[in-house]
Amino acid sequence: MKAMEVRLNVNGEAKQWTIAPGDLLLDVLRREGYFGVKRGCEAGECGACTVLLDGKPINSCLMFAAQAEGADVLTIEGVAHGSTLHPLQEAFLDHGAVQCGFCTPAMILNAKALLDRKPHPSEEEVREALAGTYCRCTGFRKPVEAVLAAAGAKR
Amino acid sequence: MLAKFSYRRPASIQEATAAASRTEARILAGGTDLLGCLRDGVFQASRLVSINGIKELKGIRPRAGGGLRIGALTTLTEIAGNQQILDSYPVLAQAAAAVGSPQLRNQGTLGGNLCQRPRCWYFRGDFHCLRKGGETCFAAAGQNQLHAILGGYECFMVHPSDTAPALVALDAKVSVAGRRGTRQMPLASFFVLPKASLVKENVLEPGDVVAEVLLEAPPSGTRGAYRKVRERGSFDFALAGAAIVLAMAEGKVRTARVVLSGVAPVPWRSAEAEQALVGKQLDAATAGVAAAAAVKAAVPLGENGYKVPLVRGILEETLIALAV
Ligand SMILES: Cc1cc2nc3c(=O)[nH]c(=O)nc-3n(C[C@H](O)[C@H](O)[C@H](O)COP(=O)(O)OP(=O)(O)OC[C@H]3O[C@@H](n4cnc5c(N)ncnc54)[C@H](O)[C@@H]3O)c2cc1C
Ligand code: FES
Ligand code: FES
Repeated sequence: MKAMEVRLNVNGEAKQWTIAPGDLLLDVLRREGYFGVKRGCEAGECGACTVLLDGKPINSCLMFAAQAEGADVLTIEGVAHGSTLHPLQEAFLDHGAVQCGFCTPAMILNAKALLDRKPHPSEEEVREALAGTYCRCTGFRKPVEAVLAAAGAKR
Repeated sequence: MLAKFSYRRPASIQEATAAASRTEARILAGGTDLLGCLRDGVFQASRLVSINGIKELKGIRPRAGGGLRIGALTTLTEIAGNQQILDSYPVLAQAAAAVGSPQLRNQGTLGGNLCQRPRCWYFRGDFHCLRKGGETCFAAAGQNQLHAILGGYECFMVHPSDTAPALVALDAKVSVAGRRGTRQMPLASFFVLPKASLVKENVLEPGDVVAEVLLEAPPSGTRGAYRKVRERGSFDFALAGAAIVLAMAEGKVRTARVVLSGVAPVPWRSAEAEQALVGKQLDAATAGVAAAAAVKAAVPLGENGYKVPLVRGILEETLIALAV
């Protein structure tokens, strides 16, 4: 096993990291300080490890870091503009859609990918977009309301 | 970090087949199934061959005489949202949309979906079962709620893919590149029953790469649907499902392909159901007869008897829905 280099963009910054071929994207991102990428089930079940890869949500626990070569990665750390929160982050706070917060980065990234593609989704589409992220606290109603409200605010 | 292996990124199919011919070399597409297999010790790898840089394996293109070719690296999200597939092959769009979660569909590819390993909990767990080269199928007399009611023989796993039944119902062909060139076969003969092999789910040999899936233009009057029942509402593998493609003419069924998922070790084509449909008016009575015919030969294990009425009900409902 030889160490290898991976070049990628994380939250708009170019990075070059030395990795082992078996390193998971999840582990490398956390090693580099992106702790908003959560380690949950590590089996594709809970979605807590979600990041956007070229704008699309994926589970970073099921992807080798080497697969992100050349990609644009967005983690929750890159969603706000400086100290100005993203409308989705505001909406999650306003609607009490955050309890323990473990699923929140993944919820917001999945919702962001949806709104970027479809600014005015139906409730059904919001539910589908959040279906791959497991929340043990909120029962999903408030996160769904928050996403719909954020979509409305953008109107 | 997973166990130690080297990582190759071939730029062409030829390089990929050469690199993947070595024992314990594994092909990596999206990785959503492969990583779980490596982590759970289902198999080992000394070399990973990432095919993600091979351009020929990407995208959906029209074929010269009509129809489509879908590259093995096409993601399930792309398939579920492709307008031509939605219009001409709804059974496939619905099956791709039924796979896993949004994240898994963004990462998971068609080739990986066809080649994924079974989800039997003994196979995935710490059991040296028949399919891992051992002596026993632990499911036969063990916990077999999720196992096969058709086509089992010594091993009773069910094939986990949602797109495979849809593609078999569409009579798709698959093109496989290997060390001795490229060969094409009907997808139905790509999969193998436990009677033919207890350790492989398909005909692939070391070094083989699934390159693309080929679809014919649908004859006029074709309709189809994929219906899947899961234990959980959000996402899960099929407890049972059905992919149906019918060609209608003058109110009657001219040809029918009925393929069941979640109930057999391969996408299970039901010749009995098809025979019960052809030449008939598509109505509730015909649907009931065809659905009953599909499960006539079913042999449930200790704990999966519920799958018989379940798959029968799925078939009956889906056929009735296709009648209108
Ligand atoms: C939580 C969870 C839920 C899931 N739910 C579903 C579900 O509901 N329905 C479903 O069908 N699947 C499901 N899956 C399985 C999997 O995500 C999908 O099947 C996916 O399409 C696999 O594609 P991939 O590109 O990630 O494959 P990979 O993991 O890259 O590969 C899978 C296997 O196929 C081989 N392979 C990949 N591409 C090729 C090729 N072109 N030629 C030859 N061999 C190849 C690999 O060597 C590997 O053994 C689920 C997985 C998880 C983790
Ligand atoms: S940690 Fe990746 S899906 Fe649960
Ligand atoms: S807020 Fe606790 S898991 Fe969602």
